[in-house]
Amino acid sequence: MDSVNSKKQKNKLSVMAKREEKWGLLFVAAPAIGFLIFMLYPIIFAFLTSLTTWNGAKGFQGMMDRFCGFDNYVKLFADKKFWQTLLTTIIYLLGIPIGMILGLLCAMGMNRKIPGVRVLRTMYYVPVISSLVSVSILWAWVYNYDYGLLNTIIKTLTGLHGPNWLGDEALIKVSMIIFMVWKGLGTSIILYLAGLQNIPRSYYEAAMVDGASGWQKFKSITLPLLSPVTFYILVTTLIGGFQVFVEVQVMTPNGNGGIGYSAATIVFYLYQKAFESYQLGYASTIAVILAIIIFIITLINFIGQNKWVKTMD
Amino acid sequence: MKNKDTMSSGITSSKDKTMNIIVFILLALGAVVMIFPFFYMIMTSFMTKNQYLSGQLRVIPDPWVWGKYSEVMSKGNFISGILNTVKVEVPVLLIGGFTSSLAAFAFAKMNFRGKGAIFMGLLATIMIPFAVIMIPQYVMFTKFGWTDTLLPLIIPACFGNISMVFFLRQNLTSIPNDLMDAAKLDGCGYFRTFIQIFFPLMKGAVGTQITLWFMTIWNDYLAPTIFLRSEKNWTLQVVIRSFNTYYSIQSDYALIMAASVIAMLPTIALFFCFQRVIIESVAISGIK
Repeated sequence: MDSVNSKKQKNKLSVMAKREEKWGLLFVAAPAIGFLIFMLYPIIFAFLTSLTTWNGAKGFQGMMDRFCGFDNYVKLFADKKFWQTLLTTIIYLLGIPIGMILGLLCAMGMNRKIPGVRVLRTMYYVPVISSLVSVSILWAWVYNYDYGLLNTIIKTLTGLHGPNWLGDEALIKVSMIIFMVWKGLGTSIILYLAGLQNIPRSYYEAAMVDGASGWQKFKSITLPLLSPVTFYILVTTLIGGFQVFVEVQVMTPNGNGGIGYSAATIVFYLYQKAFESYQLGYASTIAVILAIIIFIITLINFIGQNKWVKTMD
Repeated sequence: MKNKDTMSSGITSSKDKTMNIIVFILLALGAVVMIFPFFYMIMTSFMTKNQYLSGQLRVIPDPWVWGKYSEVMSKGNFISGILNTVKVEVPVLLIGGFTSSLAAFAFAKMNFRGKGAIFMGLLATIMIPFAVIMIPQYVMFTKFGWTDTLLPLIIPACFGNISMVFFLRQNLTSIPNDLMDAAKLDGCGYFRTFIQIFFPLMKGAVGTQITLWFMTIWNDYLAPTIFLRSEKNWTLQVVIRSFNTYYSIQSDYALIMAASVIAMLPTIALFFCFQRVIIESVAISGIK
């Protein structure tokens, strides 16, 4: 009797569980299907395309007719422009530690008892929410060789003509990094500030009793306890850093990537190959390599995480 | 504000006080550096060409020229750019906002096989750069006959936004599961449970996410440049960029700046209205 009852209950439960399962799957169906159609399928397709010299003509058959194996990959490794744009992309990544250090300093300042913290925080955050196209246009104007704000200030202060911020192969990279740090600083400030506010006061009080100096407190309490935030910023900005495109297209004259292609990034190169010279096969090869680079870097981040990212407990 | 500060500084030493003053001055100077380009942008939009091409440091317009804003608005492209952007925003935020909330509810409060795997799979897509999938998407949308329409910007987004799903799921964990059990006992269907019980509780979080998403769509540039060929279909950012290319040859920077100012206004206004919740939502992403 008892067993019959519990069996019935189990059956009823599993009917309910099945119903829940059906509805649950239905509710997540939209994003899941969207992922399959607009993400997974394109990734596989990108890999296939990278094995061809397709220019977009004659559909799928046209693509398979131009199958060339791994020729594109071989070609890419000998492609000077690829290495140049990859190097430029990596140089731009220097903005990440600069932004993190500045962001941490600002956040530590805002974590003190000073007036107007919320207003300050908002001011630093305005560039983040502004349209990338608009602020790139704005900075191209600020960097303008003859009439820009920066060179006007330099001339007023020193009487000398300022440098050609966007017209010099080396300097343009510095100019881009300054711009990117300015654009993204607000995010790291907010993240670090939230992290700092999350550290229990008692930790510092205990350190004070032990007579720890300010630097010691920073080194052995603040930095380790902020490491999850640092990790988060590092992962997201690295993924973003490999995708720099808009500022290059908007800030270089005629969107040409700068003198001698000096400001062009890997995504910029990929864009030009795909949508200006219609070498879809070759462009896809760049895309696949880009995906692999980002995947490996994120993987390294997550593996290395155990070494330096501490948790609160 | 001031009162509170003097009160709490009662226990801080005078050394701390001077330090605080120095920190404040540095932070304020930094903030001025952050904001000054925007100020200069607005000022330039009111200057005469003679003034901003004079090479002298005069930040305040003399005389003030008010006409550039109406000139921008009178360019046909500009208005159609705004309209096209709105045409993308409305269906995406309505439909995509709904599908994302529904999925977040299922991920947070329902049990089904494969839940964890599906969620992790979706989360991993945040790592996939748009640059990697843009060529296949372009090929696919050409096949569908969608290129040079707004559909490539609308349809995929209607399937939902992963970061929104992620945030809402996080938010739902603070709502007790008892509510779900009670609804089940009452024989309330899952969809009704979502609409009538959970959605009202999620409203605030949904609003924040929708606001953030609105900004992302408003500021989007790469996808629209790829998928939209003819000028009449361009969204606002593409129009602004073409203004920059076209009018900088004529050194009409006042017009370019005026156009950029208008293009930035909606997101900045939204940010100032909802800054507390927006900043909170950004801050949480780093801690969680």
